[in-house]
Amino acid sequence: MDIHELQKIVHKTRDARRTQTLPKYSPAERDTLIKKYHPDFRENAYRSIKFGPNKGELTVRELATLLEGDSPVPADLDLTPAHTADVLVVGGGGAGCAAALHAYAQGAKVLLATKLRLGDSNTVMAQGGIQVAITNEDSPIQHFLDTLKGGHMKNDHQLLKVMVEEGPSVARWLLGLGVLFDRDADGNLHVKKGGGSSKPRLLTCSDYTGLEIMRVLKDEVLNQKIQLMEFSAAVELLSDGNGDCTGAVLQDLDNKRFMVVAAKTVILATGGIGRLHIQGFPTSNHYGATGDGLAMAYRMGAKLLQIDTFQYHPSGAVYPEQLIGALVTEGIRSEGGHLVNAKGERFVNELDTRDVVSSSIIRECEEGRGIRTMSGRIGVWLDTPLLEVEQGPGTLDKHFPAMVRQYKRYGIDIAQDPVLIYPTLHYQNGGVQINVDSESGVRNLFVAGETSGGLHGRNRLMGNSLLDLMVFGKRAGLTAATRANSMKEGKLTLEHVKRFREEARKHGVSSGIVSPMLFPAYAKKE
Amino acid sequence: MPEIDKENVIDQEEVLRPKMVSVEITGKTYQVPEGITMIKALWYTGQEVIHGAGCLGGFCGACATYYRTKDDPKVKTCLACQTAVQEGMSFSMVPPFPARKATYQMAELKDPKQDLFTLYPEAPLCRNCNACTEACPQTIDVREGVWRAVFGDFKAVSEMFMDCVMCGLCVPVCIADIAPNLVALYASRAQGVHFTEKPQRLFHRIKEIEEGRYDGEWDRVLHMNEQQLKEACAELK
Repeated sequence: MDIHELQKIVHKTRDARRTQTLPKYSPAERDTLIKKYHPDFRENAYRSIKFGPNKGELTVRELATLLEGDSPVPADLDLTPAHTADVLVVGGGGAGCAAALHAYAQGAKVLLATKLRLGDSNTVMAQGGIQVAITNEDSPIQHFLDTLKGGHMKNDHQLLKVMVEEGPSVARWLLGLGVLFDRDADGNLHVKKGGGSSKPRLLTCSDYTGLEIMRVLKDEVLNQKIQLMEFSAAVELLSDGNGDCTGAVLQDLDNKRFMVVAAKTVILATGGIGRLHIQGFPTSNHYGATGDGLAMAYRMGAKLLQIDTFQYHPSGAVYPEQLIGALVTEGIRSEGGHLVNAKGERFVNELDTRDVVSSSIIRECEEGRGIRTMSGRIGVWLDTPLLEVEQGPGTLDKHFPAMVRQYKRYGIDIAQDPVLIYPTLHYQNGGVQINVDSESGVRNLFVAGETSGGLHGRNRLMGNSLLDLMVFGKRAGLTAATRANSMKEGKLTLEHVKRFREEARKHGVSSGIVSPMLFPAYAKKE
Repeated sequence: MPEIDKENVIDQEEVLRPKMVSVEITGKTYQVPEGITMIKALWYTGQEVIHGAGCLGGFCGACATYYRTKDDPKVKTCLACQTAVQEGMSFSMVPPFPARKATYQMAELKDPKQDLFTLYPEAPLCRNCNACTEACPQTIDVREGVWRAVFGDFKAVSEMFMDCVMCGLCVPVCIADIAPNLVALYASRAQGVHFTEKPQRLFHRIKEIEEGRYDGEWDRVLHMNEQQLKEACAELK
């Protein structure tokens, strides 16, 4: 059938749905739903890791293979450094820029290396906002409890306390750099309510929060003249032979040459993993989200946490083809947009946590109440025109210009027509274990942002990622700079790589996979 | 694959069987499926893309591209990750243009509206050709923005350029050598740092935290056992 025919039921049932309130699931119902439908519980997608710090633990097959992969660096690489730094930051997204700026402000010699351009990251795409508890009805404690609830009580309490308590001061830092958060008429910061949060606490820059923050941070990195190496991917870390981190090997992606960086401290801010397309899911992630930091930290001996859990954002576009996997902002649901199945029914409280909403969408589709597209994908409707009905014509244009533009390119007017969505691989909940100073189990190796784990438990709340980046980027930058100030450069060796290769041989791993993979292999080979 | 009522299947003829179309990529002709994005067309033809691919979601501005549709002399601009290919289209990705970015310590500027003319002395030389506006894939009225910046209306600039992905397509077309996106970024940041109200509620909360307003409650919450924490979470509304 023509898509417009199928959309009719959404228009027809709109008025009836408007008066309906759907209760949130009880804790027991949530558990049952998630265990039955969430991709984290598909046993055959998982296997145990054969060796290394997380030996015997389960993770998705794609990640296990990556972690067990071989280093691209030859054992006899000449380790004469091409560059030296107090702090080497790997990654040019939100966490990397925040870390670099704070370390630089402490007087450290900072080198920022990134495999694409400065700012090419998931941060730049963040549309929902940044959670900071500022209203009188709200508090850092409420923020803490909301996050814990969303994370299924599995969050690291110390990390979480640090994040929610430092939220307001990092918001002040961003304002001081010129980030233009939306305001109320009285000049205070406007707050919106996000999925899984009991109080409105999302600070936003319309639906361009990440873009605005990234533009400003990028500009500031350039203004401070921080040494920058773009299209230079970190492919291996260096150790002093006793397990401490002493630098990294970068690869210039244009001439493929290795470049050795001697650094007193290294901050990994390499982001997430979406482009591994775990379980075949499309992803909302940027081109370079291939878990590089996880692979490098793991070879170095850093323990990973909660790497069996991933976030599937409820609303990835399913139609048109060009937008598959692209994110449809959660803001639509925050503002009252309904999720509607093929029968015209709502089936979940749209503001429940991402794992619950995603699981319920998968349930609808698996039980035959989805809509199939010509490429064989299935989805449910997100009733975008409802926002225009509720809040007046022009609402979408005003509050969601990015989304309006995204669809308009393909001739779709979201003010008139609902859009088809299905969960998309969005976020790596776990990552490298860190302490409150953002340091991993390997001395002088810091990890900030999505690459780190523990903070978000088994499900991250909307708006907590941008906050995580700013708070732990800052902590990593400050601690690394202070540390570098009081120490000498260490020896540069590849001892850990040697040991890792021996382990791999011992466990019969010879997949031939080299990690980090840097980019997904999309180019068609014939 | 789960059962779906066959009534609920989108099966419009034009999308059931993707048609192959002829497109010219950087001067060479290829057959690719109609409707895929330009970036996907590059991959489809076996080309690795490193310079020119970033977020793939239309936000990072890495994939600035010139293109032309069949028989139309007009060369247009777009983001390659957001633009579908069609029969007879020609496109080339745009290498980064060596624009000059001024550097500044934003917080230390005394008179940012005047400082614009020192940092970007070319800004007031706009000759109104409107090429920048026409080049903008985000449909920002770039020319108007440059003038607003020059006349000191930084607030308007910041609002107009909130959609700017910094692709830089407005720069090479400027006959006055202005980099409008960089001028706008400067004006927007200055607006935020120098001309925006200090949000009292935020500062109040920071003070509360610093003064230990929540210490008692933290002590209570952090000493809860798992069951008590669960109950506290269950009470959240």
